[in-house]
Amino acid sequence: MDIRERLSGNEAAAIAMKQINPDVVAAFPITPSTEIPQYFSTFVSNGDVDTEFVAVESEHSAMSATIGAQAAGGRAMTATSANGLSLMWEMIYIASSLRLPIVMSLVNRAVSGPLNIHNDHSDAMGVRDAGWIMLFSENNQEAYDNLIMAHRIAENKNVKLPLMVCQDGFITSHSIENIELIEDDKVKEFVGEYKPDEYLLNKENPIAIGPLDLQAYLFEHKAQQALAMKNAKKVILEVAEEFEKMTGRKYSFFEEYKLDDAEIAIVCMNSTAGTTKFVVDSLREKGIKAGLLKLRVFRPFPAEEIAKALEHVKAVAVLDKADSLNAAGGALFEDVTSAMYVNKKQVPMVNYIYGIGGRDTKADDIESVYRDLQEIANSGNVENPYRYLGLRRK
Amino acid sequence: MAYNLKEIIAEKPSRFTSGHRMCAGCGAPPVARMVLRALKPEDHAVISVATGCMEVSTFIYPYTAWTDSFIHTAFECAAANASGAEATYKALKRKGKISEDQTTKFIAFGGDGGTYDIGLQSLSGAMERGHDMVYVCYDNGAYMNTGIQRSSATPRFADTTTSPAGKVIPGKMQSRKDLSNIIANHHIPYVAQTIAVNNFKDLYEKSEKAIYTEGPAFLNVLAPCPRGWGYNTEDLMQINKLAVETCYWPLYEVIDGKYIVNYKPKNKLPVEEFLKPQKRFKHMFKPGNEWMIEEFQKEVDRRWEELLNLEETTNKEQE
Repeated sequence: MDIRERLSGNEAAAIAMKQINPDVVAAFPITPSTEIPQYFSTFVSNGDVDTEFVAVESEHSAMSATIGAQAAGGRAMTATSANGLSLMWEMIYIASSLRLPIVMSLVNRAVSGPLNIHNDHSDAMGVRDAGWIMLFSENNQEAYDNLIMAHRIAENKNVKLPLMVCQDGFITSHSIENIELIEDDKVKEFVGEYKPDEYLLNKENPIAIGPLDLQAYLFEHKAQQALAMKNAKKVILEVAEEFEKMTGRKYSFFEEYKLDDAEIAIVCMNSTAGTTKFVVDSLREKGIKAGLLKLRVFRPFPAEEIAKALEHVKAVAVLDKADSLNAAGGALFEDVTSAMYVNKKQVPMVNYIYGIGGRDTKADDIESVYRDLQEIANSGNVENPYRYLGLRRK
Repeated sequence: MAYNLKEIIAEKPSRFTSGHRMCAGCGAPPVARMVLRALKPEDHAVISVATGCMEVSTFIYPYTAWTDSFIHTAFECAAANASGAEATYKALKRKGKISEDQTTKFIAFGGDGGTYDIGLQSLSGAMERGHDMVYVCYDNGAYMNTGIQRSSATPRFADTTTSPAGKVIPGKMQSRKDLSNIIANHHIPYVAQTIAVNNFKDLYEKSEKAIYTEGPAFLNVLAPCPRGWGYNTEDLMQINKLAVETCYWPLYEVIDGKYIVNYKPKNKLPVEEFLKPQKRFKHMFKPGNEWMIEEFQKEVDRRWEELLNLEETTNKEQE
C-alpha cells in the first residue's frame, strides 16, 4: 500500500534519503537545497537513520568527503544547488573518474553572477560533460522516485557512475504537493545492500585509487567511463521496469505527452513540463495537434530514441533554462538538433532560452511557442533558431 | 615500547616501499616511511594524499609505492577525503559490516602548498569536526612540485620562482605562517612539530602519539627540498639539524592545549648557520644585506620566545 502524503520537493528528497539510509551524508547549506540536509540531520539526531552526517565547511569538501566515504566502501549522498555545485566542480569530475556511484540531489538554481537564488538550469548544464548520470524531475513525486531508483542504476556493475537527481529550485523544491510514498521495507528491499568489489576499508585487499594517469593510460580510462555511460541506458530502463512493477509508476528516458500524433512539439525538462502539459491539453481542445517530449534522462543522452520520437512532427521547439552564451543556442537544443541530424531526421527546430534567474514561465508563454511552431510548420522555415522566451525588451 | 631505531626498522618493514620517484636528498619519503612505521603491524591504514610531489612520484599508474589503502583526488582536499572515509568506517563499524578485530587508521599527507594554502579550509574543517585522523604536513616551504613557487610557508627573503630575489625586491617579503599554532588553536587533542630526518625518535614517537590519540591530530614536519632550498643532497640531515639548533624550527607538542617544547638547544646557533648552506638565501649574504639576516634572526627569536611563553603559561594554567 502506498502512503499518501503532502510534501515539498525537498521533503520528498529527504524522505527518500531516509528510506535509503546511506552510510554517509556530507552536505553544506545553500539555497534552495538547504532543507535537504536540514531534514536529514534531524533524522540523524532522532536516530531514524544509521547514517554518519558530516557537516562540512564547504561544498568542495562535501563532494570530497562524499568521495572518500564512497571509496571507503559506504553509500554516500549529498545535496546542493548552483554555486555549491560550481565549487564542487573539480571533484565532480574526479568522482566519476574514480567510478564512485555517489548520489546527489541537485536542486537547480541559477549560477552566479550576479547573485540570484532562483531556478534555472545553469548549474546542471555546467556539469553536463562531467560523467554523471543526470535525471530530471517534473515534480516532487519524480524527484522522490528518481532518488529511489538512483542507487540501483549508479551501482550496477556495468555502470558504476555517480548520479544526480535534478529538480527545480523553489518551483518544486518548496511547493507542497500530493505524493505517493513507498513503504520503508519495500524501498529497503528495492535499493538493496551496497556491496562494492573493491574499497578502501577492505583490509584484506588494500587498493590505491586516484593515480597520476599519464598519456599511456588516461585515454583508455576515459573510454571506459564513456562505455559505462552507454551501458547506463539499458540499466536505467531495467530499473524503471522493476520500479513500475513495485509502484505502477512508469519511467523511461523521457515522457511522450500526446506526442504520437502531434504536429508540433516542445522538448523541455523539469517543472516546465507540467505547465506545457496544461497548454497541450488546452490546445488539443482547440484541435491543435500539440505534443510534448519531457526529457528525464539528460545524461546518458538518448539521442537515437529522441530522434525517433520526434521524426513525425512538423516543427520542434527546444526550451533551454540556461543560456550557453555561445551565440548559437542552448545545450539541450544543441544535443537534440545533433541527435536529429545524425539520425537523418529533417524537422525544423527552434530554440528558446527561458526562465533565467527564476523568471516565471506562464501558460501564455508556452502557448506563444506553440503559435510560433505552427508558423514554422506551415512555412518550413526558421528565421532565427536561437530565441528568448519571456525576455523584457524594454 | 621504548624507542629503538634498529628494532623498529627490523621489526616493522616499511609500508611505503622503494621504487618511488622522489628526488635523492628529499625530506618527504623518510616522513612517509617513519609515520607509517608508527602504525601497529596488525593495524590497517587508509592514506589520503594531496596532489604534490609525494603523490605524483609514488602512484603513477599502474604502479604504487603504498602498501596500505590509498586515495588521492586533488590538491586541497586530502583532509576532506580522509574525513569521508573515516565517516564510512564509523558507519560500517556501527552496522557490524567491518569486523570487530579490524582497526583502520586514517592518515593524510600534504605538502605545505596543499596544507597551509589551498587545503587550509578543508584541513581546518576536518580538525574542527573531530574526525579520528592524523594530518601530516611535509613542509618544504614552497610549491616544489610545480617548480618552487612561494607559499605561505615560505620563509621571509627566500628566493622562489614567484618571489625571486631581484634588484628591487629581495625575495619573499612576508614572514611564514605559523600553521602549527593555528591548528593548535583548533583545540584538538594533539599537535606537534617535528622534522623529517636527524631525529627519528622525535618523528616516530610523535607519529605514534598522533595516530593513537583518539580524535584529530596534526603533525607539521619540516621536510627539506634539495631543489627548492639549494643544498647538496647528502646534507639533508645537516640542514634538518641546523633548523632545530637555530630554533628556526622548534620541536614541540601541544597535548590537550598544553605546550611542551621537546628540545631546547644549550647553545642556540645564529640563524645564518641554517641560511648559509641554502642557495635560496644566497642574496642575504651579499655585502649591504646584513639587515636581512638581522631581521630574520629577530623573527626567529620572537617566535622562539613566544613558544617558550606558551609552554610556561599553558603548563601553569593546568597546575
